[in-house]
Amino acid sequence: MSVLVNKDTKVLCQGITGSQGTFHSEQAIAYGTNMVGGVTPGKGGTTHLDLPVFNTVKNAVDQTGADASVIYVPAAFCKDSIIEAAESGVSLIVCITEGIPTLDMLEARIAVEQNGVRLVGPNCPGVITPGECKIGIMPGAIHNAGKVGIVSRSGTLTYECVKQTSDLNYGQSTCIGIGGDPIPGTSFIDALGLFQDDPQTEAILMVGEIGGTAEEEAAEFIKSNVTKPVAAYIAGVTAPPGKRMGHAGAIISGGKGTADDKFAALGSAGVTITRSPAELGLAVKEATGWS
Amino acid sequence: MNLHEYQAKALFAQYGMPVPNNMVAATPEEAKAGAESLATQKVVVKAQVHAGGRGKAGGVKLVDTPAEAAEFAKSLLGTNLVTIQTDAGGQPINTVLIEETSNIESELYLGMVIDRASQRVVIMASTEGGMDIETVAHETPEKILKAELNPLVGVMPYQCRELAFGLGLKGKQIKQFGSLLTGLCKLFVEKDLALVEINPLVITKEEDLICLDGKINIDGNALYRHPDLEELRDKSQEDERELRASEWDLNYVALEGNIGCMVNGAGLAMATMDIIKLKGGQPANFLDVGGGATKERVAEALKIILSDPDVKGILVNIFGGIVRCDLIADGIIAAVGEVGIEVPVVVRLEGTKAKEGRELLDKSGLNLQSASDLGDAAEKIVKTVGAAS
Repeated sequence: MSVLVNKDTKVLCQGITGSQGTFHSEQAIAYGTNMVGGVTPGKGGTTHLDLPVFNTVKNAVDQTGADASVIYVPAAFCKDSIIEAAESGVSLIVCITEGIPTLDMLEARIAVEQNGVRLVGPNCPGVITPGECKIGIMPGAIHNAGKVGIVSRSGTLTYECVKQTSDLNYGQSTCIGIGGDPIPGTSFIDALGLFQDDPQTEAILMVGEIGGTAEEEAAEFIKSNVTKPVAAYIAGVTAPPGKRMGHAGAIISGGKGTADDKFAALGSAGVTITRSPAELGLAVKEATGWS
Repeated sequence: MNLHEYQAKALFAQYGMPVPNNMVAATPEEAKAGAESLATQKVVVKAQVHAGGRGKAGGVKLVDTPAEAAEFAKSLLGTNLVTIQTDAGGQPINTVLIEETSNIESELYLGMVIDRASQRVVIMASTEGGMDIETVAHETPEKILKAELNPLVGVMPYQCRELAFGLGLKGKQIKQFGSLLTGLCKLFVEKDLALVEINPLVITKEEDLICLDGKINIDGNALYRHPDLEELRDKSQEDERELRASEWDLNYVALEGNIGCMVNGAGLAMATMDIIKLKGGQPANFLDVGGGATKERVAEALKIILSDPDVKGILVNIFGGIVRCDLIADGIIAAVGEVGIEVPVVVRLEGTKAKEGRELLDKSGLNLQSASDLGDAAEKIVKTVGAAS
């Protein structure tokens, strides 16, 4: 078992003929992901990377029975692409693209919720179940099938988690990069709930960042809903407050959202915290008592 | 992207929101002429910088005559204003706003922001307008009224009424508030704002509402569809190195330490700063080379880091996913060829094409220390810089 994706997941790529879509689809195929086709409006009927290309997502889903779609289209067109995927019958959308206008995401999320679809991202590395299915831009080779569920807001820090848990031979059940945008499709709480219910996942490693209150909310959730050991790191202890305009940001956050606030909230929820990004694996070791 | 008050007020006016008559001036003469053209005897002169807290910092003054307006403008223009919301260097004053005075009865607060917690655009209003609104929010959060926008339908008249009654507005003010807030919400959505703030929103002795200040921040990701707003960008308000970095699609923030950092990914960049500090060093900057790093951008990034005279050593930390480590290595070699790097450099390459990258650096004959992991990298650079200084 794993969460979100496995060897049977049939994956489509929106934007497959673009440079990003091509490069990462090739990598995904090489990794063994069950890629079943791509979508590029106007190129329907052709093939690309030996996969059929369709004009619309609906068409692609009808023809291939795809369960998941990964989006590499430029930011300006992502709202449309996400909503198209949500309304075309896939159950998982992974949006890699960064730089999507926030108001576009507010609207796209409504379509996603209305259709009961899971969106991961945007602005994220994607989702991988090692040895089975890689959807996204992460380097496949560093992953090993195993027992740690990883969830992170940052792409390259996710890789750091993977490397360190691989080095200790724990391996990963599934890694979910939820992305750093203000309006993510999947939250820490969503990912924690998935890992809690997954028999393969024996421990959870979460990596947060300063800003927002998602980690504080996750801490509350862990207190009452997560029985598996959780280790956590928050990036940004040294980040300066910086120049700012007006008070609205401070009012809405209620003065919360610093790394220290987040460490404190997670610590009080029984999470093993580490302040060193070089000790992510060791934190899992401490949380679980594994050798 | 931030706007100046005068730009924000022009947008307010465009959306039918009441603002005082005003003029923008870049010289004392223009300030005098502006003051003469306004209807009130006394006028307010306000420094235009991208920061709040201008009043307490001496950037705002009520003057009696056009000559005084010119005199105060002269004292401000060309100087930097340091406020509670700026860094120690302050922000340069290139323009001042000359504005008609209002008969203030009371001051309200009205703001809108994208709230990560509720995943909605949220309106915030309070009877406690003015400088201490953050204290109010902290100590008496019940005095901040909130309403969430439904993204499908926008602000509803009932929400305007609810906030208006909550603020204790009476008579014609209720209708005025509804029209003002409807305009503000339309502005927020149509212009892709990330934040807007009217503090204070004033009730005059004539019982009218008027927006006495305005702060706007626009979602940078949406600027491509607002060329009119992009023209309002005032680069003089931005840090020189940060600006240069942004022209190369690099995300750079200057800090006060002496260890320069070049990292891919914002999270890993913050983590790298954190671990430098944890090992007893001080990071000189945050720099995310991003996912699409090319040789040229890596070289430019190193040049920007080196343009900070405080930098005594550099830590390069790359975990290649999309970024290929061999390209990073090429960029480092190119930068050394172009500008020369006199300070010690520790390089940690991991992930995609890391082996090829390390080989390139080894063969280059450059004086670099390679590190095996993040902890090792931080220890090496802190030790080297510590020993050098």
